[in-house]
Formats: sequence, C-alpha cells, structure tokens
Amino acid sequence: MKNNYSIFSLIKNAFSYHENWEKAWKDPEPKKEYEAIIVGGGGHGLATAYYLAKKHNMKNIAVVEKGWIGGGNTGRNTTIIRSNYLWDASAGLYDHALKIWEGLSQELNYNVMFSQRGVMNLAHNLQDVRDLKRRTHANRLNGIDAVYLNTEEVKKFCPIINTSQDIRYPVLGGTLQRRAGTARHDAVAWGYARGADEMGVDIIQNCEVKGIKRNGDTVEGIETNKGFIKAKKIGVVAAGHSSVIANMAGLKLPLESKPLQALVSEPVKPIIDTVVMSNAVHAYVSQSDKGELVIGAGTDDYISYSQKGSHDIVEGTLNAILELYPIFSRMRMLRQWGGIVDICPDASPIISKTSVKGLYFNCGWGTGGFKATPGSGDLFAHTIANDEPHKLNAAFNLNRFVSGDLVDEHGAAAVAH
Amino acid sequence: MFLINCPFCGEREQSEFKAGGEAHIKRPKQPTELSDDEWAEFLFMRKNIKGVQFERWNHAHGCRKWFNIVRDTSNDQIKAVYKMGEKPPVK
Repeated sequence: MKNNYSIFSLIKNAFSYHENWEKAWKDPEPKKEYEAIIVGGGGHGLATAYYLAKKHNMKNIAVVEKGWIGGGNTGRNTTIIRSNYLWDASAGLYDHALKIWEGLSQELNYNVMFSQRGVMNLAHNLQDVRDLKRRTHANRLNGIDAVYLNTEEVKKFCPIINTSQDIRYPVLGGTLQRRAGTARHDAVAWGYARGADEMGVDIIQNCEVKGIKRNGDTVEGIETNKGFIKAKKIGVVAAGHSSVIANMAGLKLPLESKPLQALVSEPVKPIIDTVVMSNAVHAYVSQSDKGELVIGAGTDDYISYSQKGSHDIVEGTLNAILELYPIFSRMRMLRQWGGIVDICPDASPIISKTSVKGLYFNCGWGTGGFKATPGSGDLFAHTIANDEPHKLNAAFNLNRFVSGDLVDEHGAAAVAH
Repeated sequence: MFLINCPFCGEREQSEFKAGGEAHIKRPKQPTELSDDEWAEFLFMRKNIKGVQFERWNHAHGCRKWFNIVRDTSNDQIKAVYKMGEKPPVK
C-alpha cells in the first residue's frame, strides 16, 4: 500500500529535504507471461491498465513502453479538455471522459491540476455561426453544457480578443463550454502509473515491441527488445505508431500519421484565463500555470513519423494568433515541437476488437486524444476484459469503415481537435 | 520542412505542394461488383508506412501537376521523384 499524498506527507518529507519520497512506480523486468499486455505507456495505455486492474479484477497486467511513460503525445499536447462534439455517439464518449476528469485527482490521490476554466470556440463567418449554433443545440440535447455567445459576449468573456469587424477573419460569435478546461498532462500519466503500479501492474519502460506473434487468428504474445512476452490479450494504444504495430500483426488500419505542432511562449503574468479555439483560422491558445502561452498549430498534410513539422504551419498559426490577440505581438516563443498523430478518415477514434482474437486497438484519436484519456482507458479496459465493447464505444469499432456507419466529427474536431 | 524537386518546375519548398497520400492505389475496374470489405480497403485502409513510402504530390502553388515521389517517412528524405504513369523505381 502506497502512502497517501497529503499536506501532512508534504510537511513530513520537507524535513528530509524531499529526498525520501517513495517511488511512485517500480521499474520491473518483464515476466514470461501476463493476462493482458498494454502496448503504449501514454495516458490512454496507463489508464487502460489502471481500469483493468481496478474495475475488472485483472492483476497480472503489463504496460510496455518503448521510451518513457508519458513521453509521446501525452507530453506533447495542449491539454485541452472538452466534450462539445456534434453526434450522440461522440457526446457520450467525450462527456463520459469529462465526468471522470471531474473527480480524477481525488480518485488517483494525485493532483492532475484539472481546471474547468471554460473552452470557447470562435465563429468567423456565417457558416461557422450556423454550424456552431447547431452544435450548441445538439450538445444541450445530449446534456452537455454549451452556450452560444455573440461578439459582445465573446469580448466580455475574453477581453483581449480583437473583435473589430475590420480584421481578415472577424469574430462573429462563439460557443462556450464552461465545464471544459485543461489539466496537467504529465500528472495524468504519472497519476495513472502510480495507481496502476499500486494494484500490481508492471510498467516496463524502454521495452519496444518488435513483433506480434499470432497462431492463426489468435494472438499469442509480443516480441520485444527484452524478449518474448506471452499474453492472451493484447491492447495496443500506440497513437501515431498504431499502423506500425498493426502491420506487425498483419492488419491494416484506416489511419494516416501526421505531425501536429504546438509551441509555448516565454512566461508572463496571467492574461488569458480560459481556452480559446478557432478552427477556421487554426489557432488555439491558453495559458499554463507557469504563465506560458500554450499555442496549438495545425497538422502537416503529408504522412511523417519525424516528429518535426513545417515552419509554414507555425507561421500560419501565429499570423492568426496575432490578428486575434494584437497584445501578443511582442511575445517571444520559447519552444516548439511536433507529435505524430494518427488521423482517422472520420476524425473519430477506434476503440475496438480486431479480426485477430485477443488483439484490441485503441487508436485514431488524431489531434485530440488527451481530453478523452480517462474515458478511453475505462472503455478500452471494458472492451478487453469482456471481449465486447461498452455501449459508449460500440459505435467506434473498426467495422464502421466497412459498414459505412461513420461518426463524422470533422466539424467539432477540425485540426484543433 | 523539406525541398521537393518538381519534375516540371525544379526544386521548390514543400509548402508549395499538396500531399496526395499513398500512391498506386488502383481504382476498382468494376465498382458495381465490389463487396463492402473491398470498398473499405480501397477507400479507407492505408499502409501508413514508417519508412520508404510511394506517394502522390501536387504542385498546388506552381504548375499544379500531379507526380509521384518516394520518401522515407521516418526522416522525410526523398529518394526519388517520378512522373504519373512512369514505373516506380524499385526500392
């Protein structure tokens, strides 16, 4: 049993200069066999292992990660959390996650710094206005809080936005989801890792999957750089590298992996206390607790695994940011990076069984998986444990690309997912 | 963030081009006889290779012509450029 994190443990450890904190998770060598193996130690993978152990009473689970946990897209995203998606299936999926977020810090005894500061989506032309109004109505029918704001209300909610009608893409209105917000991305990975480790999950880092072993239509285990590991159930949560793992198992997925960029500025005093997104001009911005502006840019249109994006994408985003927020014109950018995102043709994820028995995929989150981390883990764990999807992820199966029953969320996702 | 040698215009910045995805996906000869699985394969399933990939590009802000390139998607290095209809160079 791990010691609880609390104000008292903080004070106690201060006396020993914070040098005697117990390890949040062990660093075990892989066993020969597990009940279930999760490939990918990002937020989604760790959450899956956590819920498998917690809700489905599986104890012999491993998470294998080729680098370090939370070092992929979990540590590269802009931490936006919202659930204002158009279709019923998506609303169910993302709001399930949002409801878990609301109690996550308490559940994990780990402060994930979930901050419901609101997310505002801007409209810049008449079609945007119609689309966003429609989405607001759809959200409210699904019990998701959403309001439509006119230009004055947008200005009142976030005073630094330039609402002049003379700019290239004037602000005609926007939607606001007040329950939406941000969380600390690393803490989510670490919190789930600590919780899973406590229940006996082996978190094996620097363990790269080299092959998936199949016996006919049944999965048998994984080849890794630490040897062969046997398992009857394998859940793959490898984001941008999902297709690479799928190819190892002889499967093909409807995914394209592309670089998505983000950047942060130098830290400044509090200036923007919400998240503002604009899908039309590809700019979204919030401010971290350290004071940096966190800015999300777009994806490149070519397939790449290089974790670098093109400069013109960043330039386009900063053009839009400067037009909407002239006050940022002298800010200097500190860091810029790219992550590889796995994009589905309908901009919705896949949480599904496959044609190989015992092999499950959770992928296709594209540009916006972070917000769904707890819900994704919960539903993927359910799918793996029962060999059947939960009703909330039934629509997000692989077979929808054959049946044509797609969940088209390009409007709510766009690039600023 | 790389240069592409357009077979018609010469070397230009990648930002002038539009990526057209995986090349050599054959349009079905008799679409009316295709099963749902075959449609899914044609429309949605992609190799999405990490490594050397054959792909289509369009010089959108130039001659607007389509052509093929061979590119390593793990480091964005271009191995070869060839025109539409030409035989792809063997790896």
